[in-house]
Parts: sequence; C-alpha cells; structure tokens
Amino acid sequence: MTRAPAPHHDSPAALRQRTPSAAQRRRAAYRRRQTTRSVLVAAASTAALGTLLVVAVTGAPGWDRVRRSFLDPEIARDALPEVLAGLWLNVRLLVCCAVGALLLGLLIALLRTLRGPVFFPVRALAAGYTYTFRGLPLIIVLYVLTLGVPGLRLQGMPPVLVLGGLALVLTYGGYLAEVFRAGIESIHPSQLAAARSLGLTYRQTMRHVVLPQAVRRVAPPLLNDVVALQKDVGLVSLAGPIDAVRAAQIATAQTFNYTPYILAGVLFVLLAIPLIAVTDWVTLRSARRQSGS
Amino acid sequence: MAVLTCRGLRKEFAGQVVLDGLDLTVEEHRVVALIGASGSGKSTLLRCVNLLEELDDGTITLDGEEISDPRVDPDRVRRRIGMVFQSYNLFPHLSVLDNVTLAPRRVHRRERAEAEAQARDLLDRVGLGAKADAYPDRLSGGQQQRVAIVRALANSPRLMLLDEVTSALDPELVGEVLAMIRDLKADGMTMVLATHEMGFAREVADQVCFLDAGRVVEAGPPAQVLGEPTQPRTRQFLKRIIDAGRL
Repeated sequence: MTRAPAPHHDSPAALRQRTPSAAQRRRAAYRRRQTTRSVLVAAASTAALGTLLVVAVTGAPGWDRVRRSFLDPEIARDALPEVLAGLWLNVRLLVCCAVGALLLGLLIALLRTLRGPVFFPVRALAAGYTYTFRGLPLIIVLYVLTLGVPGLRLQGMPPVLVLGGLALVLTYGGYLAEVFRAGIESIHPSQLAAARSLGLTYRQTMRHVVLPQAVRRVAPPLLNDVVALQKDVGLVSLAGPIDAVRAAQIATAQTFNYTPYILAGVLFVLLAIPLIAVTDWVTLRSARRQSGS
Repeated sequence: MAVLTCRGLRKEFAGQVVLDGLDLTVEEHRVVALIGASGSGKSTLLRCVNLLEELDDGTITLDGEEISDPRVDPDRVRRRIGMVFQSYNLFPHLSVLDNVTLAPRRVHRRERAEAEAQARDLLDRVGLGAKADAYPDRLSGGQQQRVAIVRALANSPRLMLLDEVTSALDPELVGEVLAMIRDLKADGMTMVLATHEMGFAREVADQVCFLDAGRVVEAGPPAQVLGEPTQPRTRQFLKRIIDAGRL
C-alpha cells in the first residue's frame, strides 16, 4: 500500500517534440532487429515441429486403421445430434451447479470466519464439511446420493438429476469454500482495523471492505474450479441421465467406432474455451492491477 | 471536562509489557502529542483507546463514559473517535468518494446524495475535490493520507487519534498533511497524535508526553518537555533526535 508519489510527467506534446539521442536510436534499432529475429525463429521452429508430428502420426504403420476407427466423418455426423443433446444437459447442469457451489462455498467460508464461543458448533460443522467433501471422491458422493438416498423411498424425493447436481454442488462447494477462505484471510488486518475504526460492524466490514477485495483476488482460482466442474458434471450419467460422453459411449457401442468420443471431446474443449479465456483475462487484469500500471 | 481519561493502562503482548500503568488526560479542544522511541507504546495506546486492542488493566473514559467496560458496544464508541494510520489504510477497491462516504452511509444511515455532498465539500476544503472519483492507488502518499483524514472527519468525531501519520511519506509531502492537522486544531478538534516530527509537535501541541517503556515519563508544554526536559530519559531521547538532525 505504501507507494511513492506519482512522478511528475511532462506534457505529451513536449514528449513528442523531443528527438532521441543517437544512442537511444541505436538501441531502438537493435531491439527492432531482435524482435524480427525472434518472430522468424518462432515461426521456423513451430513449422518444423508441426511437420515432424504430422509425418510421425500419419506415417505410423497403424495410421489408416486408427483414422477409420477414431476419425470417421460419417459416423461423427450421425452421432452429432445425440452427443449435442447430451452436451445440452452438461451445459444446464454446469450453470446450476456452478452457481450453487459458489454460493455454498462462500457461505461455508463466511461461517468459518465467525468468531466467538456461540459460533463454535457452526465453525466446527463448516470445517468438518470442507474436510469431508474435499476428501471424499466425487463418484462415491454421486452413488450415495443418486442410488442410496432414493432407496429410502421418502415422500417427495427429487429426481435423480437433481440429486446428482446436489452431489456436484456439495463436492465443489468444499473446494470453493477453501478458495474463498484463502481470499478472505489474504486481506491485510490493517483494512479491518480501518473499517472497524470507522464504526462499521463486523458484518458491514465483511460485506463492504473484505469480501469485495477477497473475491476479486481469488477470481482466477474460482474460475479454474468452475472449468474443472465443467468436466465433472458428466459424471451424473453414472446414475442414468445421458450427458455428452454417455451419448458418445452409446453411439460407440452401436458402431464399434470410437469417433463419437473424439467428437464429444472436441465439443467439450470448444465449450471450455470461453470459460478459460475469461479466466485468463481475469488473471491478467488482477496481475496488472497489482503491479499498479 | 476531559474528553479522554486513561488511568493505569496495562497491555502485554506475549509476555512483553507494552503499556505499564499509563495515565493520560486530554481536555477538550486540546492537542496532545505523544513522543518516544519505537516500541515505547504510542501506537498501542492509540489502538487501546479505539478499542482495537483489549486492555490487560486500567480504565479509559470518553466524555465521562467508561469505554473500557466490556459491556460497552465498541462500534458505538468508535463512531465518536476518528483514527488515522501510518499506512493510510484506504480501501483500494473504492473510489475516494466511496471511501469517505462509507461510514456516513452504512454507520450513520445517511442518504447517498447527502453523504456525497458532505464528502465533496470536505474534499474541496482540503484541495482534493478533483480526486473524488479517482482510486487510492492513483494518489500520492500525501493525498492518500489527506483522504484518510477526511474519511475519519466525515464521522464528525469527538476525538481524533493520529498514529504517525507522516512517517510513511516522502519529506516533500509531509507539509501538506501537517497543514491539514494545523487547520483541524484551529477548528478546535481534540486530538492525540503519535509523532516523530518534533518541530511539528512543538508548534501544534498544547501538551507533549514523552513515553518510555509503556509509561508517560514526562509531560508538559512543548517548550518545557522539548526545551528543558527534567527527566534523564527524556534528555537522552532528545539528544539522539538532535544528533540525527531531526530537531
């Protein structure tokens, strides 16, 4: 926080009129030559590596057979509607579970920061939750919730899809809670001291001073976990609902050709690109903010 | 009547005694400067008065109310006290205007328009009106510290606690902050300031207290404490300051 005062800048017009010295012109020319050289070297090495890979893969003795069983355009076209229908389930589940897990994670993190003896059971429960669900494999949570809980035959049991989503929310809520908590604890105590000195209550301090800074700081790791969640939502297919990977599996079983898997994989990557791009952008922005430029 | 009375304050950190039976009285409209070496207890005293630290013994009375009573709501006490820190502690995610209006809006439940008008008026008065919409990291250290003072003033405090508010500043920026404190004194604000600026303490303070090992060793008018100290430890401290060319 302690920063030197901003240096006094000359006006832009004055800067434009200044002619650089001979030494500076030599340096600039040298740097330009270096940049051109770097670009050329990068292009050449990329081309060389690409050619090598293509030759190695297509020149392999089994290439023709692999291409037929993994990269058959006709089979891809036939499987596309089913795989897309499955992917739509992934997308819907992702949105619901991401929102649910973020809210649950934030709530658990806040409960863990509460002080005072009254809140001991709440703190203990929240801590127990994060320990349990970060340690428990997602598949086991899924099986217990989607196969075990309906077995109780209780009135008003939600559908399997909702139970599966709940398993995802519970598991990812545990990870996200720890990310939020790390963010909250990274805010310097002097910020709390300043807020409390102004007469803000603990809750107001959290709401207006700590959380806005903490969430901004941990946005990249939060989004990273959402990208991971995107791949794990498909696991609900273990309980019956057909997601993109399961649809590909069904199509593969019908044709004995693995192309639908490749298709599903490509679609997953395409779906992840916008999310990852947002993550990178947020990371870059927070890095720039910290360097103060 | 005294605004602030401290009696026999004691505070330990991990077995180390930081305040050791400290007494202090601050009358209304008076400015008290706390001087002393680092670790003598100046900052801890201010933090105890603002109830940021829990006392190990002694009593603190603000306007006749004993605020060191654990049944007193600390949030209600802090609303009446303004505190400014060495490291400014502005909220980096809020604009200057939002930094200043946060407490009036959330603590005193003022309307946004009313709070902002008051904040802009205060900022204008200290020449920071143009910076109202800027973010703290765009400001120089001196400007940030002046905003921090304005933020504390927006609560209309009874008492201001200033904790080495110029120690983190470049020498050429110290003056603007000191000028602001001088204006506060002229307006009759009651203040306790911990400082290393002996020249400023001499000029602005009504009383100078020399702290050593958690006690007030010597207290009196600036001319007496800084000019003709009676206690050997005060003389020793001032000699070191003079040797360092800081007086």
